Amino acid sequence: MQDRIKYWRGIEELENTPEFAKHAHNEFPEFLPVKETSAESSLGGKTKRRDFLKLMGFSVAAVSLASCEAPVRKAIPYLNKPADVEPGVANWYASTYYQNGNYNSILVKTREGRPIKIEPNPMSTLTPYGTSPGAQASVLGVYDHNRLRTPLIGGKEAQWQQVDNEIASRLGNVTGKVAFVSSTIISPSTKQLINEFGSRFGNFEHVTYDANSASGLLSANGGTVPGYDFSQAQVIVSINADFLGTWIAPIPFAKQYIQNRKVSAENPTMSKHYQFETHYSLTGANADIRVPIRPSEEAAVITALYNGITGQGGGGEVPAAAADAMAAAITELRASQGRALVVAGSNDPGTQAMVTAINRALGAEGTTIDTNAPFYTKQGNDADMIRLIREMNAGTVGAVFFYNSNPVYDHPLAAEVVSGLERVPLKVSFSDRVEETSQLADFITPDHHYLESWNDNEPRRGFLSLTQPTISPIFLTRQMQDSLLTWSGSNTNYYEYIRNNWRKVATGDFNQFWEQAVHDGVVENGTTMLTVNNTFTAASPVAKPVSAAAIEAVLYEKVGIGTGDGVNNPWLQEMGDPISKATWGNYVAMPRSMAVEMEIVQGDVLLVTLANGTSMELPALMQPGQANGTVGIAIGYGRKSDMMPVANGLGANAYPAATVVDNTVLYTGPVTLEKTGATSPIAQLQTHHTIMDRLVVQENTLAKYKENPKEVTEYIRIATHEGPAKPATISLWDDYEYKNHHWGMVVDLNSCIGCGACSVSCHIENNVPVVGKAEVLNRRDMHWMRIDRYYSAVEHEEKDYATMEDPADNPSVIFQPMMCQHCNHAPCETVCPVAATMHSSEGMNQMAYNRCVGTRYCANNCPYKVRRFNWFAYFNNDKFATENYMMNNDLGKMVLNPDVTVRARGVMEKCSFCVQRVQLAKLEAKRENRRPRDGEAVSACAQSCPTEAIVFGDMKDPNSRISQILYREQGERAFHVLEELNTQPNVTYLTKIRNLA
Amino acid sequence: MISCIVKTKIKVFLAFLIALVVSFGAYAQGESEQAEVSQKGVTPGATEGAAAAANTSGLPIDDQAVVTAGDALFKNNCAVCHSAGSDVIVGPGLAGINERRSHDWLIRWIKNSQALIQAGDPEAVAVYNEYNKQAMPSFNFTDEEITAILTYIASAEAEVAAVPTTVGSDGSQTPGEGVGTDAIGAVGGYLDIILVVLIVVLIVLVVTLLLITSLLKNYLNANRKLNEYDNEVVNQRFDFSKIYKSKAVRTLVVLIFVVVLLDLTLDTAMGIGIQQGYQPRQPIAFSHKLHAGEHQINCNYCHTTVYKSKSASIPSANICMNCHSQIQTESPEIQKIYRAIERNRPIEWVRVHNLPDLAYFNHSQHTQVGGIECQTCHGPIQEMDVVYQYSPLTMGWCIDCHRETPLNTEGNGYYDNLVELHEATSKGAFTVSSNGGTECYKCHY
Repeated sequence: MQDRIKYWRGIEELENTPEFAKHAHNEFPEFLPVKETSAESSLGGKTKRRDFLKLMGFSVAAVSLASCEAPVRKAIPYLNKPADVEPGVANWYASTYYQNGNYNSILVKTREGRPIKIEPNPMSTLTPYGTSPGAQASVLGVYDHNRLRTPLIGGKEAQWQQVDNEIASRLGNVTGKVAFVSSTIISPSTKQLINEFGSRFGNFEHVTYDANSASGLLSANGGTVPGYDFSQAQVIVSINADFLGTWIAPIPFAKQYIQNRKVSAENPTMSKHYQFETHYSLTGANADIRVPIRPSEEAAVITALYNGITGQGGGGEVPAAAADAMAAAITELRASQGRALVVAGSNDPGTQAMVTAINRALGAEGTTIDTNAPFYTKQGNDADMIRLIREMNAGTVGAVFFYNSNPVYDHPLAAEVVSGLERVPLKVSFSDRVEETSQLADFITPDHHYLESWNDNEPRRGFLSLTQPTISPIFLTRQMQDSLLTWSGSNTNYYEYIRNNWRKVATGDFNQFWEQAVHDGVVENGTTMLTVNNTFTAASPVAKPVSAAAIEAVLYEKVGIGTGDGVNNPWLQEMGDPISKATWGNYVAMPRSMAVEMEIVQGDVLLVTLANGTSMELPALMQPGQANGTVGIAIGYGRKSDMMPVANGLGANAYPAATVVDNTVLYTGPVTLEKTGATSPIAQLQTHHTIMDRLVVQENTLAKYKENPKEVTEYIRIATHEGPAKPATISLWDDYEYKNHHWGMVVDLNSCIGCGACSVSCHIENNVPVVGKAEVLNRRDMHWMRIDRYYSAVEHEEKDYATMEDPADNPSVIFQPMMCQHCNHAPCETVCPVAATMHSSEGMNQMAYNRCVGTRYCANNCPYKVRRFNWFAYFNNDKFATENYMMNNDLGKMVLNPDVTVRARGVMEKCSFCVQRVQLAKLEAKRENRRPRDGEAVSACAQSCPTEAIVFGDMKDPNSRISQILYREQGERAFHVLEELNTQPNVTYLTKIRNLA
Repeated sequence: MISCIVKTKIKVFLAFLIALVVSFGAYAQGESEQAEVSQKGVTPGATEGAAAAANTSGLPIDDQAVVTAGDALFKNNCAVCHSAGSDVIVGPGLAGINERRSHDWLIRWIKNSQALIQAGDPEAVAVYNEYNKQAMPSFNFTDEEITAILTYIASAEAEVAAVPTTVGSDGSQTPGEGVGTDAIGAVGGYLDIILVVLIVVLIVLVVTLLLITSLLKNYLNANRKLNEYDNEVVNQRFDFSKIYKSKAVRTLVVLIFVVVLLDLTLDTAMGIGIQQGYQPRQPIAFSHKLHAGEHQINCNYCHTTVYKSKSASIPSANICMNCHSQIQTESPEIQKIYRAIERNRPIEWVRVHNLPDLAYFNHSQHTQVGGIECQTCHGPIQEMDVVYQYSPLTMGWCIDCHRETPLNTEGNGYYDNLVELHEATSKGAFTVSSNGGTECYKCHY
């Protein structure tokens, strides 16, 4: 390796604070706050010896009494069994997930009529490999017991008949404008239906706005998002666009992006990715070169880029720190005409117009931008919404409908929205619960969950897909589209409406076409149905308030939480932010220099005062790589709705910090910070444990890889009297012989973008409990699979002024998915006193919960720290009723996987290689009298990975994909973590290659 | 509970005192019996009755594939109303049907009997009238499938001719008794009687001997002048207190007591949660004896997913109505089903076989892949009026079977290579456990 790379997990480790040092060598904290957390329970607290004896005596008696008579259990069959539901056999339905820009074509797994898991739809060309964390977790929404069960009139439960009558009569004599406010709608039929519904009113407008708007991008590109194709780009420059995490269409982009990032010895090429950004985003973490810039420098950077590309000198002062990178980026972009792409996340139309010009100059149109297939996942127009707010305040709006939109919460002009709504006589919300906007509505007519609905989608021109219901509606809700049809006096239902609509594009026999479309979920023959109404005015630059001294706040979306859709989902909360690893809440992410200057330590609560005088209180988090003089605050938090108990009270609402300039919403603004004196701990998943300078992750440069692929990975050799030897050759253990299968996993660190979909997928598949903020703080999160994020910086030998800069200012990030390594020589197996964990004849490290007595010796002895202990019963336990509601109420429990045990208190658990799926794949093969085919047994993490970074399979089968990869990469990129311990894991990692010289 | 403990106590105590000799043999006998039965239980399918007699219809009864296909089709579709023999269930027994009717007529009849009747076919009308104008449903079979069914019927006749005692082909196979032995002990009822007789004989013997001794003593004392030494011998008094005061005896007694207590505790503890013999009252007096035993309805007809799923599934009311919309409609028990349908409330059966949640069991793995008969685990279900739990369903019981049962690998491509590998390294049978069938992750995850 050229220079030694130093890795650390958090600032604490880098600084080696006394507190960190204290805990670092003590991975299992001495303090076991069982008493504090369960003081009220009879088993904790100050139990006296006599009480203990009494309890013991009682429990012995109770057990013997209880055993005399087993409880009577019922077996209740269907009364009339549906033909295609077989108890115990899963059915799969193709459908589509779409939520505020996040599109995923999916397969829904249902058991006995209940959807329990979301997987990617391999028939889709946009999202064939994986899903976003949000799509994974969306299955829980249908079992949310806090959804509205009936429509509400003025906050009181009502009948649909009554609602329909009242709304019809009030719509009949409406005066003024009728407005339909929604976030981006990608459903052609829904859009058409809304327009038909509005056509009977003299003055109707369908206003589309997005909570995290791309209005600037749209107005610079004629109303649609350009059809970016990252797979065609050899050089990618992104300025504040988190296109792998949250921007426009992250999952389709990730699939495109990764095609040029996978390397092999035969094809050692990869795209070069420059990222200029303020907040450390998921995309920045994957960039080859990342440069922190302030938001106020954004325009200058883009101008410089434009001037550099077009060859015009002057203009655009690039900050000194970015100058080198900028010069390199310009040179490379110019050298890759037609193979280059520049994207920007800014919502400033002027900036976006310049980016469009840059792309045009680079010859991107027609190559890295497919002009025939723009994206439709963002269509919101800020100016329209702002105009509507003014009209409402002027009293010219007679009726307003809110669909998938919550402006009282997520619009920067929320106060004007509230005052405007007071002057609107008829307000109807389709929200599924009482939240900020719908509580001001006269009627709430709750919409179905998408898993209960029919719909069609066109996320990109020429890519159609269908959403089909996978469960009959649980509550007395009604799909928005059916409500509109009813109120316009139509007798058709929405399903018929879509079918009629699709007749226009069908080829051949319609019924046959329709059956096929519903079966496949996608129709991607280039047919287009969606019309976008282009109301954008010509792009003009927006003046920006800049003050050199002020602290600039930048608002960002968290992967998973998004603009606030995922905030009430415990899985997404517990997943944590990919970079900061913080769960359950938002915070002020600031660079360390600022914290040092203001004498702030992590967890200090700060009073954040905005330009408009309002303020909020949030704890501080030190974020390496955050641009100097800026802070990052996540949107989507600060909910105050009783019907969102998971999100209620977490963090603060950051939307007011957005500024409205010239009819455009800019997600930056000046703030002042002030210490309040209070502290509020931030529950991070990864500050505990240290890697003690051991070789855990490996990375190298593309230049080195091209030179000799056999030298990019460091292999540890043990000194013997015959010279250095592989650790595996010196062994006290007998090796296992695998006759049948040998399951294994390969994780390509080059492909892993760190999104966290695998982690959420694992939670859902394996009934892993969510423990909540308090327990995460106690380091008792239950993730079977975690994505370790290491910051790194090269420790240079020479000490000149430029390189002596603190590495924490802008470290690189490397992600490493970490799960049970299923070691062939497993340290955990030897220390279990009751043989609860042992090796299988197929290479799996088995964990028998019902045999475990909870000594935790195994976790102690595991070098990978992947074993999690059930400190509590997380099911039927009021303490976890909110955070872990999928194990604590009858409705939530429906999402549990019926093939996997829900673990009891006091037992250890860990990744099982999804043994239930492996067993099922084997059984299916046996039933068909054949060997299992490669790809039939696939773990949940591998299936949901959007970049195919995880490959699971049978290493015994020489033709399987995993065997091929291992054969190819052996001695090159393949390595085992902590190989020197000779644990011989069945999980292999491939060294990350950065496109650096 | 108390009474059961007392009863066990007596039993164990008796066994401890006397049966040291006897029970050894009994246990050994019980074990060999069990092993033999489980060997028998796994042979899938009925024995091959080789007989080509009575084949006059030109059907390919020697083609095993056709017969097997026909067997499956017959059991899943026809066996509800027809037997392959001469018994009348709902419709006529089908023995000799290939001789009674022409092949073409049968095909037309099976495909759509009503059309044939309406067309006025005299044979069709006669059959229709003979069986109370009970319409036979139409089946959407291909000609090949119907031929397969008829071939199966013909081959079944041939088998009956060869083995006259066989009643049906499936379900009649008794899977032997004692697959799951009593956890407490294998001491049979007749042993108790022998014990009592032996005790009586012993007591009589002791009393007789005592009488003889006292008689002889009296005689010697009265009639002979004994010297001092002889006198001491004859009038020797046995000091019982010496025995119970002896340390050795006391230790022995305490030891025996402790051992018996321990054994009892262990046995009772092992029995906790085992519901063997559990026979709850069901909401509807459904008899497996009638349906599976007398009418020979295939298990798969009602338990539709037993070959496809982890669950065998309890039949839904619409399956009952396949037949009971016509048959026995006035019976009060059938009326309960009607009421359930009217009220739109499913029937709440009481679950007999309760595996703990921590154990994963898959029916299709055992039935479809393993070729295990239902009766191997569920016992003589065709003789049960009310179903009871036949096997203990303990982990030990599962593991025992997995250790002893050779895998049903024949014709299954999944096992090809594995059988060879096993035979190269081991002499024993290729059992479930030699393929990893006793590992934790086979059942617990």
